[in-house]
Amino acid sequence: MSATEPPLLEISDLRVAFATEDGTVQAVDGVSFTVSRGEVVAIVGESGSGKSVTAMTLMGLPRGSNATFQGTATFDGTELVGASDEQLRRIRGAGIAMVFQDPMSSLDPVYRIGDQIVEQIRAHERKISKAQALDRAVTLMERVGIPRAAERLRSYPHEFSGGMRQRVMIAMALSCSPKLLIADEPTTALDVTIQAQILEELRKLRDETDAGVILVTHDLGVVADIADRVIVMYAGRVVEQGVLDDIFYDPQHPYTWGLLGSITRIDSDRSQRLPAIPGMPPSLLSPPKGCHFRPRCPHAFEKCVEVPPLEGHVANRPESLDRCWLTEDRKRALRQVDGQVGLRSTEPVIS
Amino acid sequence: MLRFVVRRMLVMVALLIVISMFTFAMFVLLLPNGNPAALLAGRLATPAEIHLISVRYGFDKPIYIQYIDTMKNIFTGQAYSYQSSFNVLDEIRAGMPATLSLAIGAGLIWLLVSILFGTIAAVRAGKYADRVLTVLSMIGVSMPPFFFGAILIYYVAYKANIIPIGGYVPFSQSVGGWFGHLVAPWITLSILFIGFYSRVLRSSILDSINEDYVRTARAKGLSERQVLIRHSLRNSLIPIISLWGLDFAQVIGGGAILTETVYNLHGVGELARDSIGRLDTITLMEIVILTGIAVVVIGAIVDVLVAYLDPRIRLA
Ligand SMILES: Nc1ncnc2c1ncn2[C@@H]1O[C@H](COP(=O)(O)OP(=O)(O)O)[C@@H](O)[C@H]1O
Ligand code: SF4
Ligand SMILES: [Mg+2]
Repeated sequence: MSATEPPLLEISDLRVAFATEDGTVQAVDGVSFTVSRGEVVAIVGESGSGKSVTAMTLMGLPRGSNATFQGTATFDGTELVGASDEQLRRIRGAGIAMVFQDPMSSLDPVYRIGDQIVEQIRAHERKISKAQALDRAVTLMERVGIPRAAERLRSYPHEFSGGMRQRVMIAMALSCSPKLLIADEPTTALDVTIQAQILEELRKLRDETDAGVILVTHDLGVVADIADRVIVMYAGRVVEQGVLDDIFYDPQHPYTWGLLGSITRIDSDRSQRLPAIPGMPPSLLSPPKGCHFRPRCPHAFEKCVEVPPLEGHVANRPESLDRCWLTEDRKRALRQVDGQVGLRSTEPVIS
Repeated sequence: MLRFVVRRMLVMVALLIVISMFTFAMFVLLLPNGNPAALLAGRLATPAEIHLISVRYGFDKPIYIQYIDTMKNIFTGQAYSYQSSFNVLDEIRAGMPATLSLAIGAGLIWLLVSILFGTIAAVRAGKYADRVLTVLSMIGVSMPPFFFGAILIYYVAYKANIIPIGGYVPFSQSVGGWFGHLVAPWITLSILFIGFYSRVLRSSILDSINEDYVRTARAKGLSERQVLIRHSLRNSLIPIISLWGLDFAQVIGGGAILTETVYNLHGVGELARDSIGRLDTITLMEIVILTGIAVVVIGAIVDVLVAYLDPRIRLA
């Protein structure tokens, strides 16, 4: 990749709000990040932090007419925010494909698996014959590890297990060779062994094609397994982003410390699954002033009532960004809890 | 598939036996208070005459023998009306073309128009077209056939002379006449169902918009129209077709009594009304059993159709 080549996807200050009866829900509040070709970017964060809304906005999919969008998201030269229906339709399934969380309900129960894959192929390649499209469907199904693919083409979704349905969803997503694949918690609804197999398929895909992958998850184990870069989201904002090793070994944001602390605790003592971070994410109807993490942050100080910008604070690592007012030295000192990275559960004694 | 059909047939026969017993019990035991022979003999009959009638019609035999005899007569076409002494099967047969014509025409109209209206209302939910259709369906479901029929007959038939004032012309006699005589009955009967069906379809489509598979359809790059027709509508039709089967069978079995009567179609429904008027139990029983057969047979056909539409329903 030449240095001048623009990233495959560039999101800048994306904002998505939903008008509800109770007021405006600011689900995505100024999100910026990029995805390059051949790169797996993981978006992590607790449930409700705006990961799915961010992902679906790229496809023009948030449900309901109550949504408003701001900011830009440029995919391969096309601006997605405010694109026409027809522009989005051409990109959906062909340029950007998406795999959803719940494979049990994501396929139409009344059509054969093969026909559902063929439908997507023919939506984008008008000239291809049905037989050719079916042939491609078989190839795709074999590629994602569905046994006896030619035969199973004629099965209906209810004749498949959850793991097999998710493979079908992945096969379908790959059917038009997308440049960007978005997988929104693709393994959350599946059991652990199936989860590992599905991740293996995604890894293979990354290795075999030049597609960029956005993997939405709340599971840091999955992230460690597969991601090149990590975006940490909290209450509608990106609080930290960086390459995988930096996030795991030199995390800058207290929220990230909390996430990491919870997995190291689980690793060292599996019987004792502690809640990731004490407290609850704020309501997006009326989020706290300043840093959204402030109510749960043991390190909060006066400055934190102002919104911290997403900026680079680490020397020689311009790609590492975070939203926290603490200085780098303070961060290095505060994140050590019992010799490991973590979030202290009470106020520090010396301040 | 074969096993499914055979099982359906067995269930069908069992259902029919139950229906016939129930009908028999209702009409022969409960309806005519007192002795049916006395009723038949008239007010001035002597006890001897009543006894004679009793013996002739078998009213003196045990009730289960009466049931079996009646069923035998009905199914061999030997049942005669006590009051009018016509052959009941011949009479039903005479009414069948009109009733079938009414049912098939109206059934198609109300199914297709409901699909159209329901879909438009769902697509334009909350907008002008949806509101107009909502008001129309409310008027439709609350419009009694004798009222709407009377309006059509008075203004369109009598005043404007566009359609005939009623009656039935067989298809074999004149296609144009058949059609002309049926247009108003078709509309009158359809209106009853269109309001309800299109409401059901509208909400079913609107619910489906939140289904994950509809989101997938959109994510695949299908046009809004393809998403709507192939996925939302396609899934929402399943309950509509089931509903339609039941209502259609009702009309075939003479259930459209009001519409048939208003337009003087001489169909099975009108026969049913006349039989009720003169407490003609044998005729009524045969009509009820016919309705039962229609409901069960059409129900079976619709089940096969629905199983075809929805592969999750196991045929085996
Ligand atoms: N159509 C909508 N209307 C109102 N609020 C919504 C809508 N879609 C999502 N939200 C809200 O946006 C927030 C973020 O949701 P989501 O992106 O699904 O979170 P995540 O995927 O990180 O778990 C949630 O609080 C959710 O309730
Ligand atoms: S900005 Fe303040 S409240 Fe927010 S994470 Fe940093 S220290 Fe905590
Ligand atoms: Mg989500």
